[in-house]
Amino acid sequence: MSGHEQFAEGLALYALGVLEGEERANLEKHLDGCSGCRQELEALRGDSALLAMSTTGPKPPQRSRQRLLSAIAKEARLSAVPSAPAQRFNLWSIFGWAAAVGMLIVVIQLRRQNEALQQAANSLGSVLGSQTIELENARRIVDTLTAPDAQTVTLVAAKTPPQPQGKAFYLKNRSGLVFVANNLAPLPPDKIYELWLIPPDGKPIAAGLFKPDAKGNASVINPPELPPGVEAKTFAVTLEPASGPHDAPRGTGVMQGGA
Amino acid sequence: MISAIRSGDQSAMAALYDRYSSIVYSVALRVLGDTGAAEDVLQDVFMQLWRNPGLFDSNRGSLGAWLAVIARNRAIDALRKRRPESDIEDVVLSVETDLAAEADRARAAEKVRSVLGTMPGPQRAALEMAYFEGLTHTEIAAKTGEPLGTIKTRIRAGLTTLRKAFQE
Repeated sequence: MSGHEQFAEGLALYALGVLEGEERANLEKHLDGCSGCRQELEALRGDSALLAMSTTGPKPPQRSRQRLLSAIAKEARLSAVPSAPAQRFNLWSIFGWAAAVGMLIVVIQLRRQNEALQQAANSLGSVLGSQTIELENARRIVDTLTAPDAQTVTLVAAKTPPQPQGKAFYLKNRSGLVFVANNLAPLPPDKIYELWLIPPDGKPIAAGLFKPDAKGNASVINPPELPPGVEAKTFAVTLEPASGPHDAPRGTGVMQGGA
Repeated sequence: MISAIRSGDQSAMAALYDRYSSIVYSVALRVLGDTGAAEDVLQDVFMQLWRNPGLFDSNRGSLGAWLAVIARNRAIDALRKRRPESDIEDVVLSVETDLAAEADRARAAEKVRSVLGTMPGPQRAALEMAYFEGLTHTEIAAKTGEPLGTIKTRIRAGLTTLRKAFQE
């Protein structure tokens, strides 16, 4: 029950559709704002349905079935109309989802490609950067070693007179050779220093003539007479007659060092 | 089945007719007493459902009970030669008893007839005049010579008796 007993009998009549006049108007007004009475009304209609269900009688004639089926066949299109938008919606919805999924895949692929390209660019940039740094370092080394205005300081043990020293940088596959020397004694007249590359077989190969400056410093950079691919066992410097010949050591040795 | 009808499935509508046409037709025939008029109600009820299957709310009870009430209301409208007084959309009812199966409906119908048989004669008469003849309580009072309040009480008491019988 709704708890509104004053409407109980009116609700029963209303459920059967037989309440009229002012009573009906008043009840409908009350029903608008009373969910409890609306629920009771639904229950009373359910009760009345039991009355309807209690009826018995002959089955409807077969023509009624044919009449109905013919009618719904004629209105098939009409009845299908409300569902047609739903079908179109579903179809477009499928297309829409497919397009969305496709776009998502494309976006993911593009993003991956972008990331891969970015990584490649970063890698190339890194390589280029490291090569640039190496080249710059090499240039600075060469400049430092060969620049006329570079200061060269040799440190030796205290109270030890400076001794001639040389340092050779050799790259056999490219026939690259950088040799620097210092503390060289001034050359006697008609004499010249000669650098030798001595391979394992022991026959010295001439690697360049040089004269020290006033400070005893000298250098040989990539002598053109040096053949490529020669294994170096020892480098040596000799004091040779300035007039030559210079194809083999004939003078006195100044310094040497093993590779 | 309703969902199939929503999608325009005519065979589903035929199956639904085969299941519920008897109760719809018997209610209409009980009210109208005329087979031709009852067939018209039968046609009208099922066409309404075909055109707008969303009118039925499956959460509110069985489809059979809903169709029976709709058929009764349409038949009363036809009996009283009036335009349909209430839209189908307005008919909301709740039935706790499961009336989906033919056997359930047969048992329910037998039980209702049994309950009606145990009711006091005036109470049953008032209830049936209201329900199957669509007479207002004023008309019933005039027809029976009983006070209005008494007719109201009898109708309500009759429905309450039915409910209690199915709650036991």
